[in-house]
Amino acid sequence: MSAVPAVPPPVSAEAPAGPAPAGAVAAAGSTASLSLLLVPPRARTGWQLVPARVLAMCIVELQKLRHDRTELYTRAVQPALWLLIFGETFNRIHAIPTGSVPYLDFLAPGIIAQSAMFIAIFYGIQIIWERDAGVLTKLLVTPTPRFALVTGKAFAAGVKSVIQALVVIVFAAILGVGMTWNPLKLLGVVLVVVLGGAFFSCLSVTIAGIVLTRDRLMGIGQAITMPLFFSSSALYPVSIMPGWLQAVSKANPLSYQVDALRGLLLGSPAHLGTDIAVLALAAVLGISAASALLGRLAK
Amino acid sequence: MTVRLPENPPTDEAAAEGAAAAVRCSGLEYAFGATRAVDNLDLTVRTGEVFGLLGPNGAGKTTAIRAITTLLPVPAGMVTVFGHDTARDRMAVRRLLGYVPQQLSADGGLTGRENVSLFARVYDVPRRERAPRVAEALEAVALTEAADRLAGTYSGGMIRRLELAQALVSAPRLLILDEPTIGLDPIARTSVWDRIDEIRQATGMTVLVTTHYMDEAEQYCDRVALMHRGRIRALGTPEQLKADLAGELEAPTLEDVFRHHAGQGLHGGSSADSSDGEDFRDVRRTRRTATRVG
Repeated sequence: MSAVPAVPPPVSAEAPAGPAPAGAVAAAGSTASLSLLLVPPRARTGWQLVPARVLAMCIVELQKLRHDRTELYTRAVQPALWLLIFGETFNRIHAIPTGSVPYLDFLAPGIIAQSAMFIAIFYGIQIIWERDAGVLTKLLVTPTPRFALVTGKAFAAGVKSVIQALVVIVFAAILGVGMTWNPLKLLGVVLVVVLGGAFFSCLSVTIAGIVLTRDRLMGIGQAITMPLFFSSSALYPVSIMPGWLQAVSKANPLSYQVDALRGLLLGSPAHLGTDIAVLALAAVLGISAASALLGRLAK
Repeated sequence: MTVRLPENPPTDEAAAEGAAAAVRCSGLEYAFGATRAVDNLDLTVRTGEVFGLLGPNGAGKTTAIRAITTLLPVPAGMVTVFGHDTARDRMAVRRLLGYVPQQLSADGGLTGRENVSLFARVYDVPRRERAPRVAEALEAVALTEAADRLAGTYSGGMIRRLELAQALVSAPRLLILDEPTIGLDPIARTSVWDRIDEIRQATGMTVLVTTHYMDEAEQYCDRVALMHRGRIRALGTPEQLKADLAGELEAPTLEDVFRHHAGQGLHGGSSADSSDGEDFRDVRRTRRTATRVG
């Protein structure tokens, strides 16, 4: 049986620190100096908490990508094929009326939005894996309110989406798509992609919180990605859609993301204010729904 | 002294312990549907001790742990950690805890150092202090040399030690370990326990641990509680529990004590056991962890 320390630490509900007396530290035997581990860090409070957690989650995503870029490469294949095969073909046959804008140019922002959405829509699978591996449980026991944790995860998914979007932008530029390189507009692109990634990842986490298993989430993810894609303005202008599809398109956040990306990257007429407001509102609603259902995953 | 519940009411000694309690559960109840996983649990963990929670699968150990860690919502007044109510003062409770779940929960896609850094960040360790504090935590569990390798390349024992470092980096006053050595070979088990023991002696932190290994409980725990069907059936030091059984058996071991109190559960003879919703989940989690440990 192990020995209880000679002098127990003070029992104070106010002071979370539990420093042991110096003698006890010295008695640690082979344990190295633990001086820093005796003092608990000062808690962040108020508005600083959410940005701090968002930053922590985003850093983790970037660290993972730095160690393993396989996902980055494999996920670049599909958008490349869309641009190279679908885009180039429809660019030649002029089947879709896009005004003075070449079809490949028209398509590129749509594919950027689509590929970013595809990454985010399966983010719930990662959350379920984290639940099964105990990672989520451990994070839920940290001083992180659920909405802060979900916001952090949502923006981390947004960071993944931005990296994916950058890959597609570079590929589109190689294919000759005439896009802006204005840094401010590119910052706008980052904002729009992050907001879209945050919404779709939270949609995924919300579904994960309802269905609870990876297999069901995979099935639902597969079932909703194509309808979201085809009912948006990613492939064709809203004006050529039948009336009922136009109504669906107006309720689809992906349409607003595509509209904003076209406005920013191509300089096409766009409703940037409305687009960003809708995406921000969708992200807030998504974070709220996912936060409410995260507890079901933790049980 | 040994306390048998629920026949015996809480003793005066137990009441006196309240002020110095690291954890106090009073009439804790939690049900999954019709199944009462924890049934009117009264438990006090004293500050500075290593307290072992033992019991068969489905006894309610993990549910009790999850209530103490704020993962399961319980009404106010049922659980306090160093005087903070887990329902009313959730964030303050979490700042006092270091938690190592049963699963191998380190992220294999990050290095050991990055795994610990994440927890330094979510516990608000300032940037200037983060690197030395993370290095100290890694050194405390003898992982300095492996710190910059991906955790996915670690052995099971190393991952457990990494999880200890993650839990320690925030200087918790209460370390909660759920089956910390499950699936590990004897050498790795000893290594993990030696680190827990050293760190605990150095920091004075309280340790609450669940385990199936009676030898571990006997060797490392100051007091143990035997849980069965959501209740504590026996509580005391390992020596006291064995002494209580001395009249019935010659030189009883802690395993004999375990069988004496949880024998029905081990043989799975009752309908209550077969309806216990935790059984399958516990076994699945245990097997998954054991598989990952290899």
